[in-house]
Amino acid sequence: MISKKVNSVSEATEGIGDDMTFMFGGFGLSGIPENAISALVKSGVKGLTCISNNAGVDDFGLGLLLHQRQIKKMISSYVGENDEFERQMLSGELDVELIPQGTLAERCRAAQAGFPAFYTPAGYGTEVAEGKETREFDGKMYVLENAFKADYGFVKAWKGDEAGNLIFKGTARNFNPNMCGAAKITVAEVEELVPVGTLDPNQIHIPGIFVQRIFQGEKYEKRIEQRTVRTKNE
Amino acid sequence: MLDKTGIAKRIAKEVQDGYYVNLGIGIPTLVANYVREDIEVEFQSENGVLGMGPFPFEGEEDADVINAGKQTITTLPGASFFDSATSFSMIRGQHVDLTILGAMEVAENGDIANWKIPGRMVKGMGGAMDLVASAENIIVAMMHTNKRGESKLLKKCSLPLTGVGCVKKIVTNLAVLEVTEKGFKLLERAPGVSVEDIQNATEGELIVEGNVPEMII
Repeated sequence: MISKKVNSVSEATEGIGDDMTFMFGGFGLSGIPENAISALVKSGVKGLTCISNNAGVDDFGLGLLLHQRQIKKMISSYVGENDEFERQMLSGELDVELIPQGTLAERCRAAQAGFPAFYTPAGYGTEVAEGKETREFDGKMYVLENAFKADYGFVKAWKGDEAGNLIFKGTARNFNPNMCGAAKITVAEVEELVPVGTLDPNQIHIPGIFVQRIFQGEKYEKRIEQRTVRTKNE
Repeated sequence: MLDKTGIAKRIAKEVQDGYYVNLGIGIPTLVANYVREDIEVEFQSENGVLGMGPFPFEGEEDADVINAGKQTITTLPGASFFDSATSFSMIRGQHVDLTILGAMEVAENGDIANWKIPGRMVKGMGGAMDLVASAENIIVAMMHTNKRGESKLLKKCSLPLTGVGCVKKIVTNLAVLEVTEKGFKLLERAPGVSVEDIQNATEGELIVEGNVPEMII
């Protein structure tokens, strides 16, 4: 067994520096690497390019890095629900590249799978396709999109083992599996780090080969963005 | 004239047995509440769930189980979770039968704009560009006019596009319309709404053929 285990979040984030490109798993606040984000906030690294579907909220998730002006550029598909983000974007302090959500996922997966680029119908005829190569296949138009290149990928899983094998839970899975192995170094944090041999190999979502460092997060707030419930008599 | 619930109820009639359906945020989300109970339908949410159920009971919310609107949800028997690339494989690969989404503007050639108002609002397209570029069957749910009373059914979209020539059907508070090569064909009127009312609220080419029936909800 090749061990990927590191003993702390600071060991997990070793080597990070200014002006790097980072990937972050998560959809909204669900499945975000909370502990890695906290460590990055503490580290003070700046000039970052961040690839993440969303940008957190004002006081949680990537909003914490935005608040400290550590992010130079965001590559996302949806960035509502964040006033500080909007302010920085409209004032021009923050560079923002908005791309279709499926394209974001596939640019991660392409990087993971060794494809330099792929054609997608998403965004054809819109400003997203401006300056990009387009091509017709069977009468339909497609846009050429490149694989991402990133220095670190920070992902969060439910369970993992020392070998780096990961299992995700619910919709907290989202972009996390697609980002594993898509950056030079994939850092996985898990709610529960179990001994090797404990996880059923049939149930592994991401094999440890895609993960370079794994650690158990100290704590998880798992904040809910839109708490919606019904009452028993409904 | 219909309210938002009325629009959702009318669209629910378009949902057929065996359909996999993706619902956008806003009015489309309401559609799930009005689908006939004697048919089998599965709702997909692009953040990674198929087989979405109703909102959880109070105290049973799970931060790890949400929809694309980031609302807490439940799952039904037979549901599955998956990653984002797989989710958009379902969408781009045309495995989803029906997409229902909102819009700021629709043009008579089927163009749609719903993600950006330059200089004012830039929230992003989320999964909308993937959905409209891929789906065979797209229904737009929206009010016929904006808050200033201006038509949202236009000759040409004024806002940045989400997709080109992709909308097939539109259900508004006033009417059901089909996008044809010649323009918006009026299929049904909302209760109490005249053809003239619809004409006045439609900037794009409106095609009226014969007697236009009132919709049944």
